[in-house]
Amino acid sequence: MLLLRQTQHQLTLFLRRPAAVFFVVAMPLIMFLVFVILFGNELIPETEVTTAQFYAPALAVFGAVMACYTYLAISTATSRDQGVLKRIRGTPLKPAIYIWARILAVTVIAIMAVVLVMVVGNLFFGVAVYPEKLPMALISLFLGCLSFAGLGMMVCAVCRTSDTVQAVTSATVLPLAFLSDVFIRPFRDVPVWVTWIADTFPLKHFSLAFGHAFRSDMAGSGFVWAGSEETYVALPRLAVMLAWGIVGAVIAAKMFKWDPKGEI
Amino acid sequence: MMPISVEDLKKSYAGAPAVAGLSFQVQAGETYALLGPNGAGKTTTIEILEGYRKRDGGTVEVLGEDPGKDGSGLRAKIGIVLQSTALEPELTVAETVANFRSFYPKPHGVDEVLDLVDLSFARDTRVKALSGGQQRRLEIGLGLIGNPDLIFLDEPTTGLDPDARRNIWSLVLELNSMGKTILLSSHYMDEVEALAHRIAVLVAGQLKAEGTPQALRDQHGGYTEVRFYLGERTLPETFPAALRSIIHQERGWVIFEVPNPTPFLADLTNWSFKEQFELPHLNVTQPSLEEIYLNLTRGRRGAARAAKPVEA
Repeated sequence: MLLLRQTQHQLTLFLRRPAAVFFVVAMPLIMFLVFVILFGNELIPETEVTTAQFYAPALAVFGAVMACYTYLAISTATSRDQGVLKRIRGTPLKPAIYIWARILAVTVIAIMAVVLVMVVGNLFFGVAVYPEKLPMALISLFLGCLSFAGLGMMVCAVCRTSDTVQAVTSATVLPLAFLSDVFIRPFRDVPVWVTWIADTFPLKHFSLAFGHAFRSDMAGSGFVWAGSEETYVALPRLAVMLAWGIVGAVIAAKMFKWDPKGEI
Repeated sequence: MMPISVEDLKKSYAGAPAVAGLSFQVQAGETYALLGPNGAGKTTTIEILEGYRKRDGGTVEVLGEDPGKDGSGLRAKIGIVLQSTALEPELTVAETVANFRSFYPKPHGVDEVLDLVDLSFARDTRVKALSGGQQRRLEIGLGLIGNPDLIFLDEPTTGLDPDARRNIWSLVLELNSMGKTILLSSHYMDEVEALAHRIAVLVAGQLKAEGTPQALRDQHGGYTEVRFYLGERTLPETFPAALRSIIHQERGWVIFEVPNPTPFLADLTNWSFKEQFELPHLNVTQPSLEEIYLNLTRGRRGAARAAKPVEA
């Protein structure tokens, strides 16, 4: 009960922050529309998918990351700067409930951003959904939200002010988004080191575990550990992503501070 | 059982002592004030009692519990107003109170608390639109919503205008009349004099003086200032030699500092009446708590020069 009430509380706060709503929910949709209009909604060369079919899930993932990583880290750090976290710590509310409420709230926000892009893609740009792949898509989305929330809390724990959190989240998400099949559709002859970097970090695994569920040229339901290039293989990607998330959460739990910087 | 009992409390930051062997007790229903300049250890002491900070030594009991242990049980029984504002600007006043209300096992009603802190008119106002004094009253409301017996107010009026300060004062007095025990910190002497039953003067983490405002006056302000205006005139030869020895003069004023003003005034006025020598602007000043405070914190008596006159 308290958990749900606090989640709702965090959602109310989000909806009253127009800049946050714009960057997390509207921005992915706007970028989707820009890409589809810029490249034209045609088949991507050497594939059987349209521009919209690729970009809708990719930018849905971007929205989820903006909510669960960027917004979670910045809003939590801002609350800490304001002394709100310290004040909450002086009440009988259990700290775990408060933190989980924040994570649940950003997960709900992520789902709003994802649904918005996917529904617009489906209604206006013919983005197809494949029922046999849908369960794995939803599992990937959910685990992706939790993993990136773990990383968001880690950034908030390691950095002591909202200013540094803002810098670190932007500096990590934006470059990776270009390398991780989010902003730029995949193309041949990518330098090896780029692939290596992208494969190390969790964003590409999130975008492909979710994105490949919307590919007609990939077979299967995703519940496999290995397969050919024409198979939807999600489990190893989820494993890498979760490993990042768990490491982030452990560091966060160890280092997180409730007091504003400079006090104590 | 005392609501608060502190015995030989010690706390250092990076080797520098902030609280150095502090002991005091707060009785049920009492408003007890920690008074001292910035850096005297007031906030450190209060935040140790609230469970925010760990002490280095000594024993501390708050409502019979050790706040240094996991304090979730204790947190339901105390109300906290931190030194700096900690509110979410996007919420309305009523939403803010309702949110805190959900944390406590036996809370007051939202409207009841808004009434008490005089914010009913601003129920649906966003917190960011409130004045500084209104935000402070809202925070006191959040400290009250859990229906605590013990409330911590860390510098509740710092930075507020005089009108807003008076509003907070009457609120604190009202809380006390409801039977709440209050631990207040302040660096305003007039504030603790108006609100507190007992005062502890802290300097460099140590208790410099403790007692009721009256007791502090008696113990530490053991002199009264008597002055009259001489202007260009000089004192006549007949002025009693015994009084002459304790005079000092300043810009036309003749000033005496005496431990017991009654016999002194009798001698002075007796002489003046006999010699028909007028004593214009004669006034007798009891040292204010402010001076006593400044004397204690600075360790010298120079503050007496700023005395406020009282009716002779």
